[in-house]
Amino acid sequence: MALTPQDIGRIAHLARLELSPSESERMLTQLNGFFATVEQMRAVDTSGIEPLAHPVATIQDVQLRLRDDVASEPNQREANQKSAPAVERGLFLVPKVIE
Amino acid sequence: MSAKLIHGYEVVIGFETHAQLATKSKIFSRASTAFGAEPNTQACAVDLALPGTLPVMNREAVACAIKLGLALGSHIAPVSIFARKNYFYPDLPKGYQISQFEIPVVQGGEVSFFLEGEKKTVRLVRAHLEEDAGKSLHEDFLGQSGIDLNRAGTPLLEIVTEPDMRSSEEAVAYAKELHKLVTWIGVCDGNMQEGSFRCDANVSVRKPGQPLGTRREIKNLNSFKNMQQAIDYEIRWQIEEIEDGRAIQQATVLFNPDTGETRAMRTKEDAADYRYFPDPDLPPLVIAPEWVERVRADMAELPRVMAARFVQDYGLPEYDATLLTQSKAMAAYFEAAAQASGQAKLASNWIMGEISRRLNAQDSGIESAAVSAAQLAALIGRIQDGTISNNAARQVFEALWSGEASDVDAVIEAKGLKQMNDSGALEKIVDEVIAANPGNVEQFKAGKDKAFNALIGQIMKASKGKANPQQATDLLRARLGG
Amino acid sequence: MTSSNPPLHDLSVAALASALRERHVSALETAQHFLARAQQHQALGAYVALNEEATLAQARAADARIAAGTAGVLEGVPIAHKDIFVTRDFPTTAGSKMLVGYQSPFDATVVTQLAQAGAVTLGKLNCDEFAMGSANENSAVAPVGFDAPAPVRNPWNHDHVPGGSSGGSAVAVAARLAPAATGTDTGGSIRQPASFCGITGIKPTYGRASRYGMVAYASSLDQAGPMARSAEDCAILLSAMCGPDPDRDSTSLDMPAEDFSRSLNDSLDGLRIGIPKEFFGDGLASDVRAAVDAALREYEKLGAKLVPISLPRTELSIPVYYIIAPAEASSNLSRFDGVKFGHRANNFTDLEDMYKKTRAEGFGAEVKRRIMTGAYVLSHGYYDAYYLQAQKVRRMIANDFQNAFQDCDLIAGPVAPTVAWKIGEHGNDPLADYLADIFTLPASLAGLPGMSVPAGFGAGGMPVGLQLIGNYFAEARLLNAAHRLQQATDFHLRTPL
Repeated sequence: MALTPQDIGRIAHLARLELSPSESERMLTQLNGFFATVEQMRAVDTSGIEPLAHPVATIQDVQLRLRDDVASEPNQREANQKSAPAVERGLFLVPKVIE
Repeated sequence: MSAKLIHGYEVVIGFETHAQLATKSKIFSRASTAFGAEPNTQACAVDLALPGTLPVMNREAVACAIKLGLALGSHIAPVSIFARKNYFYPDLPKGYQISQFEIPVVQGGEVSFFLEGEKKTVRLVRAHLEEDAGKSLHEDFLGQSGIDLNRAGTPLLEIVTEPDMRSSEEAVAYAKELHKLVTWIGVCDGNMQEGSFRCDANVSVRKPGQPLGTRREIKNLNSFKNMQQAIDYEIRWQIEEIEDGRAIQQATVLFNPDTGETRAMRTKEDAADYRYFPDPDLPPLVIAPEWVERVRADMAELPRVMAARFVQDYGLPEYDATLLTQSKAMAAYFEAAAQASGQAKLASNWIMGEISRRLNAQDSGIESAAVSAAQLAALIGRIQDGTISNNAARQVFEALWSGEASDVDAVIEAKGLKQMNDSGALEKIVDEVIAANPGNVEQFKAGKDKAFNALIGQIMKASKGKANPQQATDLLRARLGG
Repeated sequence: MTSSNPPLHDLSVAALASALRERHVSALETAQHFLARAQQHQALGAYVALNEEATLAQARAADARIAAGTAGVLEGVPIAHKDIFVTRDFPTTAGSKMLVGYQSPFDATVVTQLAQAGAVTLGKLNCDEFAMGSANENSAVAPVGFDAPAPVRNPWNHDHVPGGSSGGSAVAVAARLAPAATGTDTGGSIRQPASFCGITGIKPTYGRASRYGMVAYASSLDQAGPMARSAEDCAILLSAMCGPDPDRDSTSLDMPAEDFSRSLNDSLDGLRIGIPKEFFGDGLASDVRAAVDAALREYEKLGAKLVPISLPRTELSIPVYYIIAPAEASSNLSRFDGVKFGHRANNFTDLEDMYKKTRAEGFGAEVKRRIMTGAYVLSHGYYDAYYLQAQKVRRMIANDFQNAFQDCDLIAGPVAPTVAWKIGEHGNDPLADYLADIFTLPASLAGLPGMSVPAGFGAGGMPVGLQLIGNYFAEARLLNAAHRLQQATDFHLRTPL
């Protein structure tokens, strides 16, 4: 199941990555090089096997911990926005969002 | 469901409702969910997706999901999974929304309501927990948009129906019933202006018996009025398109209240590929049966149950019971007045009559009624013991409502509305009237009943309306030996 | 005792901690000594950020606590953090251009816990971009003393890579620019560089240490751990780093902090060490094999029994890992969009274009490859065949370990098929790097604790590490086995400089 140049274009857009033609070409070769090694994995019979999400679930139940409903975060806007590329009146600025 | 046709087309509507949950803190962070704060002052490191931050689930949001599931008669999943819905948008800080995909927490269930006397039932597919996004402010910042992430991470339940609705009226009735339920059980404040209760309608049309038509999704209908308008417009638009031989393209559309029209949003071409996968930051959400039972135990009586009780305990007609359970406050007001006065039906009549009329006029709820349940009960009491007539009662009510007075008996005194039950005084008036109207007396004796009524009229007039009509009648007959 | 006899940088964490507690040396003096060494050996490219003022302030505070008799177990001991942990006092880059100049408003939980134990932070250490790499050749950040990205050099031979992704951590400890360092291990990023640089490192059971404040690479695999010269030092540090973080990390386990030093000296009599035949196949270089075999013979002398076992899906762990980790990474790295923090392209036409150019400029080649791979395996129509299948095979791999642990208490083998290769040797062949991870990936996928222990030297005098893998929560047992080996050998005491 080798990738095509179209796949690279589609995925690059999904991932919001601008790739130059030469990058796309290299990407295609390298990804197909890797996916060749994936074929043996796809061939494994996994019928009846549950996917493993949290590794420790291999030996014991792991379930979501819940916290109390307390609003205790102070306003840290200044510190939180210190590394923001563009801020005005506390708002993050981005190129116009068109709906 | 018997579908009414529009120009030979059957309308098919499904709903997706986003209800903001009434929690103090966000679903995955400890930031406040309060509405209207300064931009980004309630967006903490987790909400902003700062590097290294991780989500930690709010127990109360899960409790809300359980409540809703119980109210809708749904299955509450003992294990449900949080998944990542991946897409890029400025109001989505992580580049993915934490939601539930394959296994939602609330499964199935239904919403029932009456529409023009007919009982309708809309089946639910699911309700899942997810986080709200921030807001893009389009007011111009030199050609840019401003992003406020205060709302990001506010807990939501997205409630999804089957395409069971067949008209805009039915759709609105469903939305109103759902709105009533979520506010009734207290999981959502229901404020549509602030976006606490947002409805998206999936609308399509088809010729009867045909497969489902292509649907268009109308986003963020933030009032019941807009909802009706938007859906009606969309139905007309789709039918015209089809009649003009154009196929409907699946799209997301926005309703513009000013023009009353819907327009397609700039479509995200990759919207279809959200690359959902279980969120590795969040183990499975496990809800023990004991928890569900605890929630069931301290949950408020549901409206349908309460209405049945009103019929049972107060002997109200089903119609009254249904109207009185439109809101918790209304029901509480009724019960207080009914119990204090011991006159449930009279209390119901006053609430659905005088009170509702006034409230509708100023388009406000029972909580802003100027007459308290206790005052109403006192008033009803005075009608019952014959102290005042119904007409007098209305004057007393008006005085209470306008705030000119607060004590029922005081108003009756001040306005001299007490019915005259002292027979001595009444006899005197009766005698005077007989003496002053020999003609009528003659006519009556000659068998003309109308003359009798004329004399009663005179008596009431002379007593300034305070005479108890029954008492007056009895006395006059006795005097005239009729 | 003065700071030059023996030199402070030759002291173990344990020795340094007691010297500080007994006030033979001050925390300030110690910090200054290591800062000087960090400057002196800038050419190695280990450090990417120093903040002398902050470090010395922490040191003075440590001295005050020592004077006040409120010293913690690590009071005044300088450590350096992999630049994947966010810190208030130092910028955090995760080795990426995307985060150059990023200032975190909070400290990672692990950083906080070590500080509470009294540790003084020397600075931030180089690593592969977003911890993606096996040679530390993927860092886009200029090390201290450089004005452009430069290779991190293996102190045993500057032409060789230090391993990755925690390369800077391994170099700093091996070159004694820090008594110990933190690292993170997703597919071997603590164990492999530890092996390549001849130091000791341990990755605990997944969920032992909080992930809060670690810039996420692959959420279901990332684990923090200590890198130091000896197992004894690792035990002290790991005890301070672990423990539940209920308020911040939903994947941290509800297990109380432990004293991982408690059984360091236990006898190894009768210890059953499983030897997976898959770890000793043709792919294993002879020099590495020789060193590992020698270490295993030491264990037999110490009373352990070697038990042949099989981990039949070892080879599958490469495709499984390189599907799961990139899938999670592609999603974890979506937050780097030029809106809230980090790099934003200067020139773009609209929002879409800003995203694409920002991410094209901010991410390096390997990160882009993994984002692309991850987005692909999660995309419509491929999820079941790739991601879901990988998660299922992952469970089979984890189950293989449970079967193996029926017959043994620990598993031992090589950390990597070869010693550290030459800088640039793998050139433009990412697959070569992937294949070199084969022995560390299985334990990562299973979430098991694993460590690297110096086991001698191979071709060109480059260090060889012995990998020890324990069952879930068996860190103390692992450290005990490593400590006993280190009492019988002196590989961990050898120094390159």
